[in-house]
Amino acid sequence: MTTTKTRIAALMAATALASTTMVGTAMADDHTTSACLITKTETNPFFVKMREGANAKAEELGIELKSFAGRIDGDHKTQVQAIETCIADGADGILLTASDTSAIVSAVQQARDAGILVIALDTPLDPIDAADATFATDNFRAGELIGTWAAGRLGDEAENARIGLLNVNVSQPAVGVLRNQGFLEGFGIDLGDPNKWGDETDSRIVGQDISDGNEEGGREGMENLLVEDPMINVVYTINEPAAAGAYQALKSMGRENEVLVVSVDGSCSGVANVRDGVIGATAQQYPLRMASLGIEAIKTWADEGIKPEPTPGKDFFDTGVSLVTDQPVDNVDSISVAEGMQRCWG
Amino acid sequence: MDKPEVKRQESDVALATASETVADFNPHRSGVAHRLQHALHMNPAIVPMIVLLLSILLFGALLGSKFFSPFALTLILQQVQIVGIVAAAQSLIILTAGIDLSVGAIMVISSVVMGQFTFRYGIPVPVSILAGLMCGTFFGWVSGVLVSKVKLPPFIVTLGMWQIVLATNFLYSANETIRAQDIETHAPLLQLFGEKFNIGGAVFTVGVVFMVALVLVLTYALRHTAWGRHVYAVGDDKEAAALSGVKTDRVLISVYMLSGLICAFAGWALIGRIGSVSPTAGQLTNIESITAVVIGGISLFGGRGSILGTLFGALIVGVFTLGLRLLGADAQWTYLLIGVLIIGAVAVDQWIRKVSV
Repeated sequence: MTTTKTRIAALMAATALASTTMVGTAMADDHTTSACLITKTETNPFFVKMREGANAKAEELGIELKSFAGRIDGDHKTQVQAIETCIADGADGILLTASDTSAIVSAVQQARDAGILVIALDTPLDPIDAADATFATDNFRAGELIGTWAAGRLGDEAENARIGLLNVNVSQPAVGVLRNQGFLEGFGIDLGDPNKWGDETDSRIVGQDISDGNEEGGREGMENLLVEDPMINVVYTINEPAAAGAYQALKSMGRENEVLVVSVDGSCSGVANVRDGVIGATAQQYPLRMASLGIEAIKTWADEGIKPEPTPGKDFFDTGVSLVTDQPVDNVDSISVAEGMQRCWG
Repeated sequence: MDKPEVKRQESDVALATASETVADFNPHRSGVAHRLQHALHMNPAIVPMIVLLLSILLFGALLGSKFFSPFALTLILQQVQIVGIVAAAQSLIILTAGIDLSVGAIMVISSVVMGQFTFRYGIPVPVSILAGLMCGTFFGWVSGVLVSKVKLPPFIVTLGMWQIVLATNFLYSANETIRAQDIETHAPLLQLFGEKFNIGGAVFTVGVVFMVALVLVLTYALRHTAWGRHVYAVGDDKEAAALSGVKTDRVLISVYMLSGLICAFAGWALIGRIGSVSPTAGQLTNIESITAVVIGGISLFGGRGSILGTLFGALIVGVFTLGLRLLGADAQWTYLLIGVLIIGAVAVDQWIRKVSV
């Protein structure tokens, strides 16, 4: 409800400001720091948590925060409108989770030209330096963790593994490619072109399918993979809903106890699924941290004019990732399910 | 305007003789093509059935036992069950010359009501399920009243209803997914439609049986009951139907309510299929159901087509999807071919309509 209100307020402000630029300048002189948070959707628990983190931190620092979101994942147009509204509103900074990482770049440039600090959260822009900074999970690392864990869990049998991979969709978004390739690298499979999935020649890979990152897609994708090879014993999934769907398909064939399912995200229901043995291990990411750090960075920018620095050795600020499992494997750092539960989101 | 569907139904029995008579009437249009055209006009489910058989044979030839096995073929049934059930509801609406864009949303909110009533309020599962079914029927009733009494175009009504229901769904559920494991331990009845049984390597689920039974019951109701004939009559020419004594408003409201109820059943089946209750499920079901209906040969202009065709339409999409994936084709090829099928199906429909019987 509050979002609707703020959105209406923002809309009214934008309309008012659009008529006279003078008012806009007046607003920019206003002393209170203001920030915008633009997420892909309002409904995905990941972004709900992100908004909670941003709201809490903004309240603590006395920053005025307005939230925007696309209607569905991929709704690029509404995000551009949101950026324009924030420019008109004279915001100091924008936290953005882009639905389309390259198409949004020109709108982001307009915002930066207007002196606004733009931080990409969770999803790096294309190119990554199109934003002033990126606060994100190292998705390749997340994939690598579950890949190394799966190989370690299988031990010598890793040589004979039958692997199925459930990705997001055919458009191969960067996050999906990084997780997929990280997983394969971690498992010990030669990557072809690391910028795309599906070109590997290792005979252990049975196939790659898509899941749309939800339960229905996960089930259907897994069924398709099982028709190709009913003896699949390792399944990589892009996220936990897809893993839950894949588990249903495995269960309907009575193979749920023989297959190692790994995933990425660390949501509370995902970690509960690790506890219940639906998922073997998951790589947990921290949306709340991304958002609260983002708000702090905007505060620093507004007060001192200093931009955030990336993590040494990386082109983004790494907000951390942990492997959650109760079946630890040598040489792979992991946290227990109990600990994962304490840090989970959603 | 075409001949009223009622006449077509009655003349089903006289199929063979009828086609000869027609040839005599119009010597320029005699011959194989015309007789075929006429036969298709009589049985609108024939075209999708032929396409379905051909596509099964095609993929069977290309993929062999991988595709042509009881397991794979029944898997297709499982994969299309949700869309199949929803498409049956969509067929009813389209037969009345309407369209329902809210079917997927009604399906999802019904499943969410079933899940949340059980887990949030601790209501006994059968009561929660009943509440979910009533919820679907209620949304259908609202649409039906708006279409028939307020006389708004179905496209507009259901476009609005789609957004209203979906927003209600997200607000009510707070987008929380109820996990499959919790449902399994505390409310297994919610997963009833996912129960499976084996017949010689073929795997069937309760959901699949429900889909097939639903289509058969609706086929019977549409062909052999007064209500069914009224549905066709309203779709073909509402004014004419009203003049001949059909209570058109009541027929329309009953169709929308029934459609809502069927969508709610689809919501129940959805829980069985994905195990969990997910408010984000089924986002494209409205488009997929319209696709099945159109490929199945039901005319978007109302009053023509058979619900059996819709089932074939849904299966054609399922066969192409699994077949192409097994061939290793990029998923985009599936969408492309389904697009071709949609346009092809409407073209065939137009060609059949030209028959002068």
